[in-house]
Amino acid sequence: MTPLQGCLLVSALLFAIGLAGAVTRRNAILALIGIELMLNAANLNFIAFWRYGPNPEALTGMMVVIFSIAIAAAEAAVGLALIIAIYRHYKTANLDEIKNLKG
Amino acid sequence: MSPAFLIIAIVTLFAAAAAMSLRNLVHCALSLVVALAGLASLYLALDAQFVGFAQILVYVGAVAILIVFAVLLTRSDATPNQAILAPGWIVGIAVSAVVFATLGWAALNSTGLPKQMPPAPETTVKNIGDLLMTQYVLPLEVIGLLLTAALIGAVIIAMKEEAPKSCSSRRESAPSEKLERTDPALRDCYEVEEGGHI
Repeated sequence: MTPLQGCLLVSALLFAIGLAGAVTRRNAILALIGIELMLNAANLNFIAFWRYGPNPEALTGMMVVIFSIAIAAAEAAVGLALIIAIYRHYKTANLDEIKNLKG
Repeated sequence: MSPAFLIIAIVTLFAAAAAMSLRNLVHCALSLVVALAGLASLYLALDAQFVGFAQILVYVGAVAILIVFAVLLTRSDATPNQAILAPGWIVGIAVSAVVFATLGWAALNSTGLPKQMPPAPETTVKNIGDLLMTQYVLPLEVIGLLLTAALIGAVIIAMKEEAPKSCSSRRESAPSEKLERTDPALRDCYEVEEGGHI
């Protein structure tokens, strides 16, 4: 197994863990944490392919990761604001109890 | 693969699994911090210093604090005594196992992947800044706009909901004086009126 394959395997496992958490946990905050883990797994792939790829001087993968981190930060802020608004409305952060479209 | 890479990878994966499986949400947030710091050290091991420190600044510094604040504000810090997994959890686990199997199979069986690490490129902050100001200036501006919009939107979403209709507008909609007096929803309006000498 080459080092690049090791990175890809770690990233795949991280993505699977994040996906499992995001779809199985009942708490909305945990679902958001799972999404963050999946985004980070994608970032690790970008960095690994940039480092082992044929033309690392161009810094392409690094630029994509920098922009992706910025977008993930914005997503986390909006997602947590939504969770807080939903909690204020329904008095719960449990995703199974939030069923009404018009509360 | 170097032993350092293995150790960091194992710590990162264990922390990620703990972040997704512990019962107490505060413990989950702390495990997430460990996982994100492990990812930052993986970036450092892959010669991406700038991204590694940006990861520590943004994720370990800001996102983790945001998550802890969300746990605080939604009062979910106590260990839940009911089931923590949604009813169809076995399907979710199966789907993610299939996803991992597919991705792992693809990574292990691809023939075109480069075998050797090329010599480390020169990634000074000056290079990154040059690129951000020349080739990637349009994405940089778009990201700036996106961050501004997202922050304003987050503040507006999380602001307090509007107070229920004011007393005067509710009184106008009430059909008669008698009904108005007995309507429990309007009692506080009268208390306010009498107390405030309106």
